[in-house]
Amino acid sequence: MNHPRIDKPTEILLPVNPLFVAGTLAVAFVLNLLPASGQLLLWRPDFVAVVLAYWLIHYPRRLGFLLPWLLGLAMDVAEGALFGQYALGYTALALMAALAHRRVLMFDILSQTIHVLVMLQVVKLIMLLVRMAEGAEFPGWLYFLGPVTAAMLWPLLSVTLVIPQKPKSDADHA
Amino acid sequence: MDDQPPPFFERGPSPLARFTFFALLSIALLFADARLRYLEHIRQAVSVALFPLERAALAPGAALLRLAAFFTDQSRLIQENESLRLKSLELSSKAARVDALTAESAQLRRLLSASQRGELTLQLGEIVYAKRDPFTRRVVVDRGSQHGVTIGQAVIDESGLIGQVTRVLPLASEVTLVTDKNQAVPVQNLRTGARSVVFGVGRDDTLELRFMPVNADIQVGDKLVTSGIDGLYPAGFPVATVAAVDRSATNAFANIDCAPAAGVNRGSLVLLVLEKRTLPEKPRDEEPVTRPAKSKKKAP
Repeated sequence: MNHPRIDKPTEILLPVNPLFVAGTLAVAFVLNLLPASGQLLLWRPDFVAVVLAYWLIHYPRRLGFLLPWLLGLAMDVAEGALFGQYALGYTALALMAALAHRRVLMFDILSQTIHVLVMLQVVKLIMLLVRMAEGAEFPGWLYFLGPVTAAMLWPLLSVTLVIPQKPKSDADHA
Repeated sequence: MDDQPPPFFERGPSPLARFTFFALLSIALLFADARLRYLEHIRQAVSVALFPLERAALAPGAALLRLAAFFTDQSRLIQENESLRLKSLELSSKAARVDALTAESAQLRRLLSASQRGELTLQLGEIVYAKRDPFTRRVVVDRGSQHGVTIGQAVIDESGLIGQVTRVLPLASEVTLVTDKNQAVPVQNLRTGARSVVFGVGRDDTLELRFMPVNADIQVGDKLVTSGIDGLYPAGFPVATVAAVDRSATNAFANIDCAPAAGVNRGSLVLLVLEKRTLPEKPRDEEPVTRPAKSKKKAP
């Protein structure tokens, strides 16, 4: 991660703790389970998708495809969705991250957010197509509101999720 | 860590290949779930594993509610207690009459040798949360197969039918609300006795009475109750009130919108109804089976 940029020096980060990755994904999962209804349902971001996008973009070869797929299956059960709906969506997210992670991380936070927004909308669109193939009606354009709030979490995640990897106050500059 | 290794290192299948594999797996699952309904056991197993997580997600809200309840002032509690006591008095006097009427009705049915109405067993459940799937109208109730819930049970609240149990998990069950798209409930018009079927349209607070001729005797304000002829919903629970009737001559059928009687997406306490009744055996439809058999006999 953090490919060296010419204009800005980057600090060397500690390796990521797999337990921390698992923990953040678990927290995101519980956040997804929070009860919501009505208008809130439309605004509600898919926390798992955006946290997954963070780890997939920063460590695409660590997470692979199996973990997103299994997380998707768990979401399918939790949401009462069709088996495979979220799994397919998150797998597509993993592919987009695998193809675009180098490019995305070269941008500043705002452009990164826009990239992530597009990815999350594609995930949402895939799920919509799955449901419409099964016979559901188009739920209205507000359906695409969730990824917008989810993408807004990206800058926050970019700042917070990297904290455990910051090197301890180094003795050189003390 | 993710720097490109030189191409002579083994990297496993390409992302596209992996994606194709998992996408095909997902599509196979989708097909198995939507068309064949093979995966209910797996779903049940996963749901049990997820149960503690779901509870954990609900805990903060529940704790807040409990805290709020702790600070409810006493005068309001006394007032509420008073009104509830009055209501219980009123209801118990009504119930006494209902008991007498039920006995009378059973006797009359015996005299007419009509089939007896089944006995209802009620089970109290609480709506834990609404399903967060924007495509469906479903809620989850905290009673499951461990508590004896079976698939197909009617679910009511104090003012009428709210839905039907459509998926039973060990510790919870999913209730499809009457407002879910294409959820059908056989109903009877209380005023005229005419039977029909009311459908959900996928919107809250709207039901649709379909396939009623333009000249059907339907008025705004007509009350629709379950007819009980489906052998699924017990007869006599309020379902909806006719809200608007549009008899335009351009359509073969009248457009009839109804408002659900029960607080389909309000309230949290529900009753799961189980009717014990012995339905007469379905008449065997032998005709379509025997005909081809006969033709086969003729053939040789």
